Amino acid sequence: MFLINCPYCGERDQQEFKAGGEAHIERPKQPTELSDDEWAEYLFMRKNIKGIQFERWNHAHGCRKWFNMVRDTSNDEIKAIYKMGEKPPSQ
Amino acid sequence: MTKNLRVKSSEYIDETNRISFKFNGKTYHGFKGDTLASALLANNVHLVGRSFKYHRPRGIMTSGSEEPNAIVQINPGTNITEPNVRATEVEIYEGLEASSQNCWPSVQFDIGGINNFLSPFFPAGFYYKTFMWPASFWEKYEFFIRHSAGLGKSPTTSDPDIYDHRNVHCDVLVIGAGIAGILAAKNAAKNNFKTLLVDEKNELGGSTIFENNEFNKIDNKNTSEWLKKEIEKLKDIRNLEIKTRTSVAAYHQYNYLLARENLTDHLEIKDKTNKIRQRLLKIRAKKVILATGALERPMVFNNNDRPGIMLSSAIKKYNEFYGVACGSKNIFFTNNDSAYESALSLYNKGINVEAIIDIREQSESKIVKKVKETGIKIYWSHSIVDTAGYKRLNSVSIMKLSNDGTSVTGRKISITCDCLGVAGGWTPAVHLYTQSGSKLKFDEEKKVFLPNQNTSNQITVGSCCGDFKIDEIINNLNQKLKDTFNINETDLDNIKVEIDQENSKRNIWLLPSDKPLGKTKPFVDYQNDATAKDIKLALKEGFRSIEHVKRYTTTGMGTDQGKLGNMHALGIIADTAGVKMGELGTTTFRPPYTPLTFGTIVGRNVGKYFDIFRRTPMNDWHIENKAEFENVGQWKRAWYYPINEETMHQAVQRESKAARESAGILDASTLGKIDIQGSDASEFLNRVYTNAWSKLAIGKCRYGLMLNEDGMVYDDGVTTRLGENHYIMTTTTGGAANVLGKLEDYLQTEWPELDVYLTSVTDHYATASLCGPNSKKILKKIIPDLDLSDENFPHMSFKEANIGNIQCRIMRISFTGEHSYEINVQASYGKDLWEQCMVAGKEFNITPYGTETMHLLRAEKGFIIVGQDTDGTMTPIDLQMDWIVSKKKYDFIGKRSLYRSDTMREDRKQLVGLLTDDPNIVLEEGAQIVSELNQSPIEMLGHVTSSYFSPNLNKSIALAIVRGGKEMMGKKLFVPMENNNINVTVANPVFYDEKNERLNA
Repeated sequence: MFLINCPYCGERDQQEFKAGGEAHIERPKQPTELSDDEWAEYLFMRKNIKGIQFERWNHAHGCRKWFNMVRDTSNDEIKAIYKMGEKPPSQ
Repeated sequence: MTKNLRVKSSEYIDETNRISFKFNGKTYHGFKGDTLASALLANNVHLVGRSFKYHRPRGIMTSGSEEPNAIVQINPGTNITEPNVRATEVEIYEGLEASSQNCWPSVQFDIGGINNFLSPFFPAGFYYKTFMWPASFWEKYEFFIRHSAGLGKSPTTSDPDIYDHRNVHCDVLVIGAGIAGILAAKNAAKNNFKTLLVDEKNELGGSTIFENNEFNKIDNKNTSEWLKKEIEKLKDIRNLEIKTRTSVAAYHQYNYLLARENLTDHLEIKDKTNKIRQRLLKIRAKKVILATGALERPMVFNNNDRPGIMLSSAIKKYNEFYGVACGSKNIFFTNNDSAYESALSLYNKGINVEAIIDIREQSESKIVKKVKETGIKIYWSHSIVDTAGYKRLNSVSIMKLSNDGTSVTGRKISITCDCLGVAGGWTPAVHLYTQSGSKLKFDEEKKVFLPNQNTSNQITVGSCCGDFKIDEIINNLNQKLKDTFNINETDLDNIKVEIDQENSKRNIWLLPSDKPLGKTKPFVDYQNDATAKDIKLALKEGFRSIEHVKRYTTTGMGTDQGKLGNMHALGIIADTAGVKMGELGTTTFRPPYTPLTFGTIVGRNVGKYFDIFRRTPMNDWHIENKAEFENVGQWKRAWYYPINEETMHQAVQRESKAARESAGILDASTLGKIDIQGSDASEFLNRVYTNAWSKLAIGKCRYGLMLNEDGMVYDDGVTTRLGENHYIMTTTTGGAANVLGKLEDYLQTEWPELDVYLTSVTDHYATASLCGPNSKKILKKIIPDLDLSDENFPHMSFKEANIGNIQCRIMRISFTGEHSYEINVQASYGKDLWEQCMVAGKEFNITPYGTETMHLLRAEKGFIIVGQDTDGTMTPIDLQMDWIVSKKKYDFIGKRSLYRSDTMREDRKQLVGLLTDDPNIVLEEGAQIVSELNQSPIEMLGHVTSSYFSPNLNKSIALAIVRGGKEMMGKKLFVPMENNNINVTVANPVFYDEKNERLNA
């Protein structure tokens, strides 16, 4: 069970949070301009990395804020946490 | 004949407090402080159980939680009975009853014992190989297997005990209160760290507390004496909490641990009443110090499992700690010096030690010299090749070991004995360490797996990290404490330690016999009866991975999880396959370390708290009026209201007719309600719904359909514009939480520029839905001064009004197709509102109806229910709801996906109506639909999603999704059932009042 440092509330138990998949996939501003393939890329394609992964989390049973997390999926080490809209830390 | 083997008074046994207990129906006596195992041994009872497969007689082997054999049923036949309990962990109390398991009719005479003689027919993988075919026989086999498998008997009534959960936070958690754990905890607490020390036993001190080796000294005192003084000092330390009888079950990532604190199991039954039996501690520790110690290994030799064969360290503990002699003629069999400590411990109490058999050639340590001086016969370079005695060991046969240790030579010597202590070396208890995700490394010299790569904020101290000698333990502990806590000095700095050196080691995983392996029974896993032979057979049959060998032979799969035998299994595999043990690795250590009862895991979440539910404000009325309830998500919704002896069908037919003919009332409080405010609220709704919202006038309502980004229908509901920048959205009952979450997600991550605020108000309002041609008259009676004319209050509009002093919001909207109103009041007035409607509606025979009638009425109108008529693969186009998809809007969630080649296919499954040719046949929901009957295989075109007998149309109606259904209007299809085929015709899904004339009736 992770101990997650919510950027708004501080350290809380994982059971208060909901994972929200890969981070930094921006919804296209003009979806109608996209080809089927381009839209499918946004809609369906997600990475499944063994190693450093950028992902979205939501403090669902807390402040309900979304934020980003950098996690090493091979050992579940949380490398960084930062707010929505902030730039991901460079590696 | 029972004889008393209590040898001396022990400070841990209160001989003034005599306790009687029953084992297999016979009454025995022990003392306060005894475990069931020590009390039985004091009564010279070794035979306590039968093994799993061969039903071989088995005795007490250990003195702790690693016990594989002595597992018993506690208080059999009562509602507090517990199966598979280790007798070595049960503290006796007056009135305790226990019985053997896996034997019939008794442990003394067990019919299943015949399996022992049939054992050549039960090789590894026996069940896989035997019960494979013929396949049709499996049911018969299963009956037989289920009967013969299993250990204890599960209780048949619900558990009357109370269990509890507690969250615990600490700076330092120390697991294990042996010498290393005690010293670590003491120093952590003294340095102002909030420290929790836990141990599974009832007394602190681990194995050092009964250590009496006169050559090991701390500050010139015997180690046990010194440690007792240290334990005394713990009482005065602030910041230190100690929990005994507390076993850590699981060590998860981020130092999250689960421990079971046993509070009443050792108490008499009358003292257990109304107390919490066990508590699950959910511990979050900043640092964890693992001081879990080491488990002594047995050795693997022919017939190494008879009652009377025990671990050497267990014999010492029973002697020193419990004051019990395990036998009167004792032999030890060893590969290291620790058996000599046990032998001396017995010798010093005047208990006869016949001989020590040592597979080493010699040992020069002081303790061995001391044993030699006592005159105890030592057989160097010898091994036990066989043992005798069916229900109790009576002799062992020994022979000389060859130099390479693979065979035995010379004359066979037989020695009579009634107890054999086996000392095969020590295995660090790294179970919890690896559960945390940390990695082990094999130490070739010590022949053990040791902690190597820590992944959490943790350290390992004492023998669990391979420090077996007191001086190693204290020196390494001291350094680790300084590094971990960043301190310069500890009270371990000036401790003077003297130890006896052990230089001679020899390890043989499988000891040879004079007979070939096939004729011997060298047990590796005692509980599951896996022998060295089984492991070799598995390798011969091609298994290589340790995980596969484990499952094929069941080695390490008993309730003890192979705490004693797993290392031997690895060793034998490595030796046989010619690989290094370090390369082989270990099987995965999984929680729990020792079994947990379900009660502890669920804690207080039992009965009505197992899965919490929500009730509407009108709930009491529904109960008073005999409603049947349906679970919708967590809600308990009124399903139907049977009168007298009505069946559900009869009640629903009556309710449905009443709602259309006069008036009905539905509790709609469970619908999700989201209050939406902000200057961009209209724009926000434009983006989340498929239809347009900007032009919705204040005071008007609109039905909206919400899609996922993939274009599939996600939720629906009516949203009302309360003000310029204020809307209230309703969602489906089950979808409310997810819809709120989805909307918040978009607002926070995709459209943070929008000025919109969302508040869930589902629980804040109660909603009564008044429907039917007389609904208007009823509402008029309740709110006389509200103008209900179609001009002032048309369909799809909203009014604020007062019912007496109660403010309410009334939406004129309809899910039934009838003229109807949804009246919302503050939740606390919900029941009052409902009762007022009932009084006002009495003259119109107002009929309360439940969810089933609601479903029927909306199906007559062809209105979908998201989640029943849709399943996450239906677009609005598939649902024939093209009218609700705005062509003008540039974008909304899911829009682009409606133009993907796949979503635009003509032959997608589409929602249609179905009418049975025989109007009295009601289709089954979920039934499959085909176009041909005489073809095999035949394509399934779709399935029935909703189906009812409509009392208003007096015929059966159904909604279905059918491939290419839109183009099939009027086409004949078939619904094949088990005994017949039902002929159906595709129809318009709107069966009733197609022109919506009743809305304004």
